[in-house]
Amino acid sequence: MAREIRFLQGNEAVCEGALYAGCRFYAGYPITPSTEIAEGLSASLPKVGGRFIQMEDELAAMAATIGGSIAGKKSMTATSGPGMSLKMENLGYGYLTEIPCVIVNVMRGGPSTGLPTGPGQSDVMQAKWGTHGDHPAIVLTPSTVQEQLNETVRAFNLAEKYRMPVILLTDEIIGHMREAIEIPEPGELEVIDRKRPTCDPKDYKPYKPEADLVPPMADFGSGYRYHITGLNHAEDGFPSNNGKMAQADEIRQENKVMHHYDDIVKVEEFECADAEIIVFAYGSSARSAKEAVIKAREEGVKVGLFRPLTLWPFPEKHLEKYVGKTKKFIVPELNLGMIKLEVDRVVKGQAEVVGINKIDSDPITPVEIMDEIRRSK
Amino acid sequence: MAYDYSKYLRAGKIPHIWCPGCGYGIIMKSLIRAIDATGIDKDDIVLTSGIGCASRLPGYMDFNTLHTTHGRSLAFATGVKVANPKLKVIALGGDGDMTAIGGNHFIHACRRNIDITCFVFNNYIYGMTGGQYSPTTPKNSKATTAPYGNADNQFDIAQLAIGAGATFVARTTTYHAVPMEKLIKQALDHKGFSVVEIMAGCPTGYGRKNKQGSPANMILWQKENAVPANKAKEMSEEEMAGKFAIGVLHEVQKAEYVEAYDAQVGLK
Repeated sequence: MAREIRFLQGNEAVCEGALYAGCRFYAGYPITPSTEIAEGLSASLPKVGGRFIQMEDELAAMAATIGGSIAGKKSMTATSGPGMSLKMENLGYGYLTEIPCVIVNVMRGGPSTGLPTGPGQSDVMQAKWGTHGDHPAIVLTPSTVQEQLNETVRAFNLAEKYRMPVILLTDEIIGHMREAIEIPEPGELEVIDRKRPTCDPKDYKPYKPEADLVPPMADFGSGYRYHITGLNHAEDGFPSNNGKMAQADEIRQENKVMHHYDDIVKVEEFECADAEIIVFAYGSSARSAKEAVIKAREEGVKVGLFRPLTLWPFPEKHLEKYVGKTKKFIVPELNLGMIKLEVDRVVKGQAEVVGINKIDSDPITPVEIMDEIRRSK
Repeated sequence: MAYDYSKYLRAGKIPHIWCPGCGYGIIMKSLIRAIDATGIDKDDIVLTSGIGCASRLPGYMDFNTLHTTHGRSLAFATGVKVANPKLKVIALGGDGDMTAIGGNHFIHACRRNIDITCFVFNNYIYGMTGGQYSPTTPKNSKATTAPYGNADNQFDIAQLAIGAGATFVARTTTYHAVPMEKLIKQALDHKGFSVVEIMAGCPTGYGRKNKQGSPANMILWQKENAVPANKAKEMSEEEMAGKFAIGVLHEVQKAEYVEAYDAQVGLK
């Protein structure tokens, strides 16, 4: 049977992905350009037995999302830059307490209120480093409306599998554009649920990791009475001032992500094998980059596109393959050169790394990338 | 025979962190007796808190306990309750936690009338950080951040809750340990958002700086200045100056939030 084809807006596709993944609770706060996600799920969640709540502010929306997950429901919230800044407090809580949930940031321009209706990619470092303290991060960057759906499903899967908040980092261009996409059949995409304990409740230790470094998580109300705290804690969940233990636990959390790099990191490598020039691009900028690479190949230039769908952890193992072979990396992004710093870090001076940077609320065009490719010849 | 609290306390987690003379132990015992009287299964109770001295209480209690971020007790509690309304959700915090940094969550939880029982431990001060003035610190009182006396006006937490739409609001003190237990039970039995403001002495952070005398004197101060709600209604503003009403201050029946939502969206 042919899959259903629908002409959807990027934000609507996120809603479809959330429902497919089994999201049954959404707590949000209105903010441009993400509001369609809240609107969509306020209408569709009740139809599948889920609930939606519009909270009093962004901090509360993040807190309630975590609360919903602790009560056993796959939970999500969505926002944009100013709201993301406010969510940082409880996002950090979600990391330390290892609560699965999905946060969508539809990036817009500027610090502060900035350019609310225009696109931006300036929250890429915030997505990794925004909340205080050391913690792992999983951040996904879709480029198409189809990927808005598929990567939302993947975000839930990774959140559940690794017991942590996962950020879907998209932007105003993809959030508001419309494309025809295929709706996956039930069962077609893998849907992962968190590990729940099977031991006797009196033996349950909520932060005792299994071999994969992930501890099973019990729903509140399921008979496993336990304590969750934002203080550093022992395996039994209770606060501890033991700094050595806190360090060991945070390293374990970092490792639960880094040891599963191959499972988490997804990259599209397009025409990269013989490339002398690689355009490193993500999100909406990768759309223009792909167009530019196709055009330049037609002109006979050996150029490829390296497109991370997982931006964090940074896809350095994938990128390292090209270091020493590629003469030049071009990094187009709607900020003043944030991810270029990471490319620089991996390339270690063995190739030229050039940024194409704009924060004027306009997308980077294929022509602008073509110009930089042509300059390389 | 003495009441056995051990059924509800986590073995090995006592002694608690509270200072000698702190009223919070009295509240914890009243809370345990009241919960016991409701007969609710421990597995079905979720106890949330924010940050501060009061918010350490859930760690000692054998329920599903959630010690959250500063001020956010009710925001997390709301998520838990909406995601699983079968759970009995209790949210607590101190005066700074609930009415300063968490003030927005407090008034909106009141407004929604979500079925959560909220306890605000009011000791007039930020205790854990060492005695800074809070929204309930009396005017002219001393605090480490008000060395010349506090210029701020006070919140009346109970009146704030009534104004914001809570459907059960009561006030009690640590002197009134037995009536407190009954009020807490009434709040737990109430369908909708219930608030109990519990006056408690902080001899270390507030009493010492404000020459309140011993912890026992601070408890006697509660006894001397608490006026039963029905009597307070008949007293003039002048007669009530420096005093406060205790007991049930407000009780109405109104549609509960999750039930109203489910009815609105057609969820069964």
